[in-house]
Amino acid sequence: MDQPATNPAIDKVNRGLKRRYRAERRFRLCGATAVFAALCFLFILFFSIVSSGYKAFQKTFIQIDVFFDPAEFTNENLATANFPALIKASMSSRFPEVTARRDKKDLYYLISPGASFQLMKLIKNNPALIGQKERIWVSANDDVDMLLKGNIDRTRPESERRINDKQLAWLDTLAGEGKIKKTFNMAFFTLGDSREPEQAGIWGATCGSFYTLLITLSLSFPIGVAAAVYLEEFAPKNRWTDIIEVNINNLAAVPSIVYGLLGLAVFINFFGMPRSTPVVGGLVLTLMTLPIIIIASRASLKSVPPSIREAALGIGASKMQMVAHHVLPLALPGMLTGTIIGMAHALGETAPLLMVGMVAFIVDIPQGFTDPATVLPVQIYLWSDSPERAFMEKTSAAIMVLLVFLFLMNAVAIFLRKRFEIKW
Amino acid sequence: MKKGILLASALIAGMFAGSSAQAAGRDYISIVGSSTVYPFSTVVAEQFGKTTNFRTPKIESTGTGGGFKLFCSGVGVQYPDITNASRAIKQSEYDSCQSNGVKDIVEIKIGYDGIVFANSKKSAPLKLTRKDIFLALAKNVPDPKGGDKLVPNPYKTWKDIDPALPNEKIEVLGPPPTSGTRDAFVELTMETGAKSFPFIHDMEKKDKNMFKATTQTVREDGVYIEAGENDNLIVQKLEANPHAVGIFGFSFLDQNADMIQGSLIENESPTFENIASGKYPVSRPLFFYVKKAHVDVIPGIKEYLAEFTSDKAWGNEGYLADKGMIPMDKTESEHFAEQAKDLKPLTMKQDK
Repeated sequence: MDQPATNPAIDKVNRGLKRRYRAERRFRLCGATAVFAALCFLFILFFSIVSSGYKAFQKTFIQIDVFFDPAEFTNENLATANFPALIKASMSSRFPEVTARRDKKDLYYLISPGASFQLMKLIKNNPALIGQKERIWVSANDDVDMLLKGNIDRTRPESERRINDKQLAWLDTLAGEGKIKKTFNMAFFTLGDSREPEQAGIWGATCGSFYTLLITLSLSFPIGVAAAVYLEEFAPKNRWTDIIEVNINNLAAVPSIVYGLLGLAVFINFFGMPRSTPVVGGLVLTLMTLPIIIIASRASLKSVPPSIREAALGIGASKMQMVAHHVLPLALPGMLTGTIIGMAHALGETAPLLMVGMVAFIVDIPQGFTDPATVLPVQIYLWSDSPERAFMEKTSAAIMVLLVFLFLMNAVAIFLRKRFEIKW
Repeated sequence: MKKGILLASALIAGMFAGSSAQAAGRDYISIVGSSTVYPFSTVVAEQFGKTTNFRTPKIESTGTGGGFKLFCSGVGVQYPDITNASRAIKQSEYDSCQSNGVKDIVEIKIGYDGIVFANSKKSAPLKLTRKDIFLALAKNVPDPKGGDKLVPNPYKTWKDIDPALPNEKIEVLGPPPTSGTRDAFVELTMETGAKSFPFIHDMEKKDKNMFKATTQTVREDGVYIEAGENDNLIVQKLEANPHAVGIFGFSFLDQNADMIQGSLIENESPTFENIASGKYPVSRPLFFYVKKAHVDVIPGIKEYLAEFTSDKAWGNEGYLADKGMIPMDKTESEHFAEQAKDLKPLTMKQDK
């Protein structure tokens, strides 16, 4: 049957074909552009954060020769010795030509005030050093650090720099002797907050985040799963459960600051829990993540085919056995994924914690659930508002660390889904 | 399952027990209050924590008003021990303290903070008077054609106000009304500037409310841009927009002297020396307030006060001056150091 295409319907289709292909290409192009734009924004975000923050992972050290003068260690308690004086003496002996009071102050300024605590630790661990001369790398002041990283322009007129001409000359001398080095900034990962940028670290905030999330996880996961299982498997379908369902969906969309206010009123003002602690922060974040976990858990329970339930009931399992032995294990990967995404959400949350006093300056590393603490995003917020220029790169570096944690959590969620998810 | 539930309930019980045990006694000082004092009190707290055996105090930045609210809520470990303030306590706040049982409050002045008007180094420095600032920023100003009448602010460029000023659009970035810096700036510049008009000066006695409304209302037609509490952000915006002027605390000018410059006010530039000597007119005192009832209950308060009021902290050459705080003169600092030592409570008449 070799009939030419005279069918009017086919003709009509053929006439419109080009136009339809064009429309499809346009549609695809729109999609591709949207993806491209999103990637562009992501790239700009990463570029601006990384470019301003990568330098924070390096830190400047200055080598000094410290003489642990026995005359300073007369007191039984070695920690009371005048460690700053030891550093000053060492700097003065290196630059004996500096005598004027003002100049001396400028000279001592090059070394971080934290260096004396470093010496204190050294002596505590090894009292035999007293009376000896030691060559030690101590951290430089944040302005020196900024200068060596190029964030302070040395070609500017002297009055516009925080490092004056004399200090520049001293630093150049030291650098010429190889007494200045930049190494990996361990302090950033091991110390708590500080007002001296060179001694500020994120370990305190990381611990705070850990304790807070531990509380959130240990409360919201069991409660969330239990609520989801009851609503999905046991609860009768009536007007009340409909109302509950609508309300859970609404709660998931409530701005997080509202939970902060609730936490302030209930946990702190009514129950009298201590402010600024991971307990309260964790409870507030539990309230916030619960709806997310319940919704995700219900979705994953729904995706378990009814045939499995019927088979279990058919061979005589009780309803509880059916849920515990068959449905729950199959739904668990989806529930865990939802939980991890909820946790990632909680990790990045600041607003509700503002209300319960977790925006605070805390130097000591929190040791438990009732020690005052901050969390990573709050630390970022606090640093971004500090006047010292060196905190700017610290802010970006802390954002990078937070992003790494978020990526890790999302990666675990994807891994769980890929590994355990069963397709029906 | 059962085990999990048991574990979870044990954990919750443990937490509550832990928190109530903690509420019974607190072994660290809790400080709240002004974000302007925050950078200074944190330095002291850190120094205190590292050089003594006490734990480092916890410092929350809640703003001056928020700080007083928490501080005056009552006596007991769940309430803060010290509040920082970038202005003196108000009568209403004092009364609320008294009615909540916070009877004895010790007031310690710690130093001064200059408020600067700064622009980018890319443009020329401004020479302003407080009258210029009032005319540039008030919502209603005296009619430029003369007469004792207030008209909505007609000024668009600095040149309109004073021919000596540059022919540039007025664009000011400053703090929002919740900020203590804003309160101080309004009081110290706009109010004083407005008083140079005789009829507004007379208004203060005749109609206090009208006077307040005239001198303290900032224009809302987009010339004054509320840039949030984050002063670093204002500095960055000034760098991006050389025509804008920013309002913030002196320490931010001090740290960013390579990017921004302070405007001269009444021919005085905002330098450390000028603010300390009182020549630069826009500076305000900073305070903190101590709850006397807590002094012997929470360990370390006396020692913290001693550290704060020591010469190596708030003295002329102290580490607070390095951070940009303007120290008091010798007699004044001695007076307040004495007050901190004796814990002499503040007396304000209480109107019932």
